[in-house]
Amino acid sequence: MSSSVQTLVNRPYKYGFVTDIESDTIPKGLNEDVVRLISAKKNEPQFMVDFRLRAYRQWLTMDSPTWPTVTYPPINYQDIVYYSAPKPKEKLKSLDQVDPTLLETFEKLGIPLTEQKRLTNVAVDAIFDSVSVATTFKEKLAEQGIIFCSISEALHHHPQLIEQYLGRVVPIADNYFAALNSAVFSDGSFVYIPKNTHCPMELSTYFRINNGESGQFERTLIVAESGSFVSYLEGCTAPMYDSNQLHAAVVELVALDNAEIKYATVQNWYAGDANGKGGIYNFVTKRGLCQGANSKISWTQVETGSAITWKYPSCVLVGDHSVGEFYSVALTNHYQQADTGTKMIHVGKNTRSTIISKGISVGHSNNSYRGLVKIGPKADGARNYSQCDSMLIGDNAGANTFPYIQVQNQTGKVEHEASTSKIGEDQLFYFQQRGISLEDAASMMISGFCRDVFNKLPMEFAVEADRLLSLKLEGSVG
Amino acid sequence: MTIIDESDVILSVKDLTAEVDGIPILKGLNLEIKRGEIHAIMGPNGSGKSTFSKVLAGHPAYGVTGGTITFLGEDLLALEPQERAISGLFLAFQYPLEIPGVSNLDFLRVAYNSRLKAQGKPELDALDFDDLVRGKLDIVKMDPSFLTRSVNEGFSGGEKKRNEILQMALLEPKLAILDETDSGLDIDALKIVANGVNQLTTPDKAVLMITHYQRLLDYIIPDYVHVMESGRILTTGGKELALELESRGYDWIRDNELVGVAE
Repeated sequence: MSSSVQTLVNRPYKYGFVTDIESDTIPKGLNEDVVRLISAKKNEPQFMVDFRLRAYRQWLTMDSPTWPTVTYPPINYQDIVYYSAPKPKEKLKSLDQVDPTLLETFEKLGIPLTEQKRLTNVAVDAIFDSVSVATTFKEKLAEQGIIFCSISEALHHHPQLIEQYLGRVVPIADNYFAALNSAVFSDGSFVYIPKNTHCPMELSTYFRINNGESGQFERTLIVAESGSFVSYLEGCTAPMYDSNQLHAAVVELVALDNAEIKYATVQNWYAGDANGKGGIYNFVTKRGLCQGANSKISWTQVETGSAITWKYPSCVLVGDHSVGEFYSVALTNHYQQADTGTKMIHVGKNTRSTIISKGISVGHSNNSYRGLVKIGPKADGARNYSQCDSMLIGDNAGANTFPYIQVQNQTGKVEHEASTSKIGEDQLFYFQQRGISLEDAASMMISGFCRDVFNKLPMEFAVEADRLLSLKLEGSVG
Repeated sequence: MTIIDESDVILSVKDLTAEVDGIPILKGLNLEIKRGEIHAIMGPNGSGKSTFSKVLAGHPAYGVTGGTITFLGEDLLALEPQERAISGLFLAFQYPLEIPGVSNLDFLRVAYNSRLKAQGKPELDALDFDDLVRGKLDIVKMDPSFLTRSVNEGFSGGEKKRNEILQMALLEPKLAILDETDSGLDIDALKIVANGVNQLTTPDKAVLMITHYQRLLDYIIPDYVHVMESGRILTTGGKELALELESRGYDWIRDNELVGVAE
């Protein structure tokens, strides 16, 4: 037992249970009829059907990207279920009518939805496989004109907003997975913050994949009108299956003049077992448009799950003096692969961006940071600061940093710093010799390493993120 | 855990054999240390001195292949490294590790509280602990600013060794093993460190020094000096043995041992 690191990594995944529930699941496979069927099931307006079909036809002409440093067998897109929803017992009017099995499931995941138990300062939209099952505090938020609901519901109640903004930031032809998502997305969250409104609580969406054969394709759209503020958090888990499930989401954010959007992700998908079998393929496109002057979008992500992570939450800084931020902690263990980072596209004058990325690789995993900083020709006085730190635990893990910098304006200023450190057996032994357990040792070192990022998370979740990372490591350091 | 041990023996090592990467290093080592005693193990490079200290502390890279170690009446080899530490065994490292991102103060507090927790006692909060640790700084003449820096990061060789003794002062071990604590120290730092150790040595505790040179022993006077060679204790004597070694070299012991004069 030479391995203190070994002991730390092998902790079982806590959210791996399957909910036994009757569902409305369409047959596997994808073609135009399936796209129409999804749209029909949701009774969508015509513009949505057209949007989906355009995306589907576009997708057919595209190839999946080969540039990320991840490897996986080709995905058979005909072997995936594109729509699976728990069967509603009857038409729901309030949360009390949500199937108790679903409420129980979310409660087990630490997301109580019922009136008595729910978190007091966080509004939650709970998504189970392809559909949203409940949204809390909807009415209370509506009093201030804030819209927080599932995107399906928004398509019925606020179609003009969806038509105006959907695909604005991530066009259907943006990339292979974005095109697929645009064709088949089944649900997701919609947030609209009116002018000069400070959203009084954290908004949160919790994604749960239950069906072993279904993919999850959710779509999130957040629009912050001039002078508004919103802080949003998404969380995710999935049961443990031997097979890999596809999760291809698209998130679009739009911030107008002086608006601010903080978007945080604590991702804990099932990552596969110790031998790399099973787990979620997480191929996600997230992008924020700082359209207005002085607007600000910040992405904070804590990535611990999924077998493969492919995502680059980005900011397009169009408005003068707008600000983009990206704070990321990505932990990979066993045979997980992560190729993640960001893009900061400076278009407007005096735009600023900050990138802080912390990658932690354990076991046989591979963790790559990939980031683009682009200063456009009109972005006078634009500035970027990037810091990419990697931490390796044990001898078999890998870390890479791929910074891409394109500067087309002489007044731009771009700084990039990178470091790599290693937690070895000797450091762990040093802690142990002082009476500190391996778990405490690893969590102290990791908290220290990630402090810059955790400080950016909403209070409630900073503690959670810290705990999550320690849990992930238990049984793995040695 | 309250082991009531009436005997004065703190550490008893019998016929210990151990290996690293399959290569035997310790080849039948015997040693007994009682309360209040200060022992020194000397010996040439590669004799197994540092291996012995790592084996006592339970470093995972060192495999014990035979023999027994009893510490305060318990089978030491059955304990995990942190359990050994909590039961009162302390190793001052030859090369203290740097831990970026973890403040010295946090490190010390978690170490201190881990022991309290294992003993079923209430842990100290940050404020109480701060008072406690500041009271100990003077033992090694350490500036309070070291507490807020990352553990050993950017410390000079002497500062690292002083930090080790500060940890010792805080954890109050029953047996402190000082592995080449004198290496890399100038004479002033050596005096500070030695003075710290002397202040912490009380009749119910013991110290085991591992050293290549005699000079540390000018400041921490041992009751016993053991000479180690090829993974065994070759000979044992009083503090004068160290002086003899210093002037005549290890060959002198080897020659004497062959004719059976030593001891």
